[in-house]
Amino acid sequence: MFIKLNLKWPAFSWLLSLLLFLPLLAIIWQSFGDDQDIFSHLWQTVLPDYLLNTLLVVTGVALSSMLIGVPLAWLIAMCQFPMRGFFVWALLLPLAMPSYVVAYVYTDLLEYAGPVQTWLRASFGWHGAMDYQFFEVRSVTGAIVMLTLVLFPYVYLLARTAFLEQANSLLQSARMLGCTPWQSFTRVSLPLARPAIAVATSLVAMESLADFAVVNYFSVPTLTTAVYDTWLGYGSLAAAARLSSLMIAVLFVLISIERLGRNRQQHYQKTTGQEHKDRFQLRGGKSVAAVLFCGLIFGVAFLLPFITLIDLAISYFDVSWNDQFIAYTYNSLMLATIVSVICIVIGVLLTYFKRLSNQRFSHVPAKISTTGYALPGTVLAIGVLIPLTFIDLRINDLMAWLNLEEPGLILSGTLFAIVVGYVVRFVAIAIGAVESSLNKITPSIDMVSTTLGLSPLKMLLKIHLPLVRKGCFAAALLVFIESMKELPAALLLRPFGFETLATYVYQYVSDEQLEHGALAAIVIVVVGLIPLIFLNRSLEQQH
Amino acid sequence: MKSITAVAALVMTVVSSFSAMAHDEEVNIYSYRQPFLINPVVEDFTKQTGIKVNVVFAKKGLAERLQREGKHTKADLVLTTDISRLMDLAEKGLTQPVNSKVINSNVPSYLRDADNQWFALTTRVRNLYVSKDRIGDTKLTYEDLSDPKYKGKICTRSGKHAYTVALISSMIAHHGYDDAKVWLEGFKANLARRPQGNDRAQIKAITQGQCDIALGNSYYFGKILNNPKQKAWAESVAITFPNQQDRGAHINVSGMVLTKYAHNKAAAIALMEYLTSDLAQSIYAKVNMEYPVKVGIKPSPLVASWGEFKADKLAMSDIAKNRQLALKMLDQVKFDL
Repeated sequence: MFIKLNLKWPAFSWLLSLLLFLPLLAIIWQSFGDDQDIFSHLWQTVLPDYLLNTLLVVTGVALSSMLIGVPLAWLIAMCQFPMRGFFVWALLLPLAMPSYVVAYVYTDLLEYAGPVQTWLRASFGWHGAMDYQFFEVRSVTGAIVMLTLVLFPYVYLLARTAFLEQANSLLQSARMLGCTPWQSFTRVSLPLARPAIAVATSLVAMESLADFAVVNYFSVPTLTTAVYDTWLGYGSLAAAARLSSLMIAVLFVLISIERLGRNRQQHYQKTTGQEHKDRFQLRGGKSVAAVLFCGLIFGVAFLLPFITLIDLAISYFDVSWNDQFIAYTYNSLMLATIVSVICIVIGVLLTYFKRLSNQRFSHVPAKISTTGYALPGTVLAIGVLIPLTFIDLRINDLMAWLNLEEPGLILSGTLFAIVVGYVVRFVAIAIGAVESSLNKITPSIDMVSTTLGLSPLKMLLKIHLPLVRKGCFAAALLVFIESMKELPAALLLRPFGFETLATYVYQYVSDEQLEHGALAAIVIVVVGLIPLIFLNRSLEQQH
Repeated sequence: MKSITAVAALVMTVVSSFSAMAHDEEVNIYSYRQPFLINPVVEDFTKQTGIKVNVVFAKKGLAERLQREGKHTKADLVLTTDISRLMDLAEKGLTQPVNSKVINSNVPSYLRDADNQWFALTTRVRNLYVSKDRIGDTKLTYEDLSDPKYKGKICTRSGKHAYTVALISSMIAHHGYDDAKVWLEGFKANLARRPQGNDRAQIKAITQGQCDIALGNSYYFGKILNNPKQKAWAESVAITFPNQQDRGAHINVSGMVLTKYAHNKAAAIALMEYLTSDLAQSIYAKVNMEYPVKVGIKPSPLVASWGEFKADKLAMSDIAKNRQLALKMLDQVKFDL
């Protein structure tokens, strides 16, 4: 752009993003180790199948999340129909549901030995699997459905924010120029919301690429499976690191293709935040269809699993109850809050730098900081552990050399490690969400402010932050809820005596005894709901 | 910038408050086993000795963490299932020998390392569950799993699971690589469904008639029978001990190691000795339905009701040795796909 930044901004941004990139660097560095020909063995045997499964799952989840999320966002943001006020926030609830819980619930329900098929067999007199066809829940399709159910809210939330932030005047003009509601959607709203939808979809794709819980539970081997097989089975961190690097590379290509597609498009909007939005009033069949669509998604993605959890918690209350719940809840809440604040601050700073800087590579810091999200959680945790233990050991050496008391593992052995792990993993969400909001502010605002003598920092605080407040809220919420659910980093990086709700539930889920952890799982969901309500209020109040 | 400083300050406060935590006497455990399995045994130890026990549980990566932490690790003990994992810890140089008369007299020599680097605490059998109605023969062998007459009748969990890998390793040890591979291919051809679910899920599948024979560890059967809501799953299923006419049933272990840099060595060894004691061994037997390693300690009445069995006497180290081969074989026959 045109604003002269002093050296502090670029230096700070690059340093910050390199720190966030350290875990990944550690993994890449590992991949140059000796892999004992495991990579070629895998390539000759199962890797092509794993790769195919991965592609199917990632594209399947990305596409179906878009197909569900965008129409929902449009309906809620732009249309008026019965129960809209309820669905506005109800459709966010699936976010709070851990994917392993949803997978567990639906497998129990739909598998051969589950109540649905058992009932069908009893009612129709079928004797065995040969007599009928039924949806196989433990399959690629099953995994796509489960992951979509928990991930579509990303698309819904970011697309809805985008629709709400769109200037009303544009839509009014479209309508005055004779567009039907559908045309004003496809010609105006959708192209304007495209960056936000793209960001959300790539977050969904990254998350499903990194997923291990669901595909493992469904015995659908993917690249993540291969990563864990090579690392834990064959004992070769090098081969596992090589596979992880490959995954990141694939992802970068996918995202770049999308970026290329809208490279030349720049949309800016003037929003004052005071315009009143006229929603399209849906009537008759259309409004019934809208209610049914929203209701179906809500029921399947949230209500049914939640009721199942409550049912389990009641049946197994005695074994489920644990008087340490309050402590676990506090730990989860504290972590999630700290992590979301840090992620938002980093997200704002990096995207703002990218906006203001005119250097050729100014987009790189924000970009490389997002890669942690696509790494399988445990691999990322190892990536965090490598540099942190390295620094820890050097600190101890230094102290010993100075004849001072050795402090032990002050970084890797404390909560610091978990916070770093979470931030590296979730900063992608913050960057994506903040960026899609920030990009909508027209550069002329920057020009005016600069002309009037505001420094970049003052401009950020006085002009941009208030304008992207909603995007920041949405980002904070997403990071918060993800942190409540996050498992692998917490499991592996936690200090002794530190338990979160998720790690507590996991010990039961890992033994396929969700019933014993049902109560804690409910607490995860309910605590995740609290910020949802706040966020929603702030989103709706604007309009 | 102010906010960053504020956040940094907040983080540092939290970090320092946690690193300042210290207790009088304690033992820190990295555990691959779920806390709810360990707590009943450990609580009693704390009651007796006043030594506090802290556990970090994870399914993956603890060995890696231990290795990276080096001499500053806080972990004193590692508890894990599967012989390969125990031996792997020893091979990576993360353990130290324990020369305790108590442990050596409690744990039979074939269930501990010759150099005292690792010790088994319990054993578990890889059983075959069969449908009472549809399978009359209860003298099955692992070799029968590849018999074409059971085509479409067999269920199992993922081949990559440590328990299955160990079984395949033992098949390689007994039959050689080539014959074992033919067996695994036959086994795969007999499967009623793609390998999936855990051992409980296999029992459910037999009850519902999806398959007639399944591989599974003994204690899952016991846990299902002890759960009033799941008991019905197991009613039409019988548990059998394979290969009783020849070498005996395949067993695996859960066990413990003392970490190389244990800071609370004395307390940790006290806990290790306690874990092999009569009391702890019978809690293991009662609560977890595993077979105690200490001679003379009876399994739980339920487990005992399944009868005595002959165990495969193949050396534990042979099972661990063939592990890589077993994994590659699983990939080659695409067992899980």
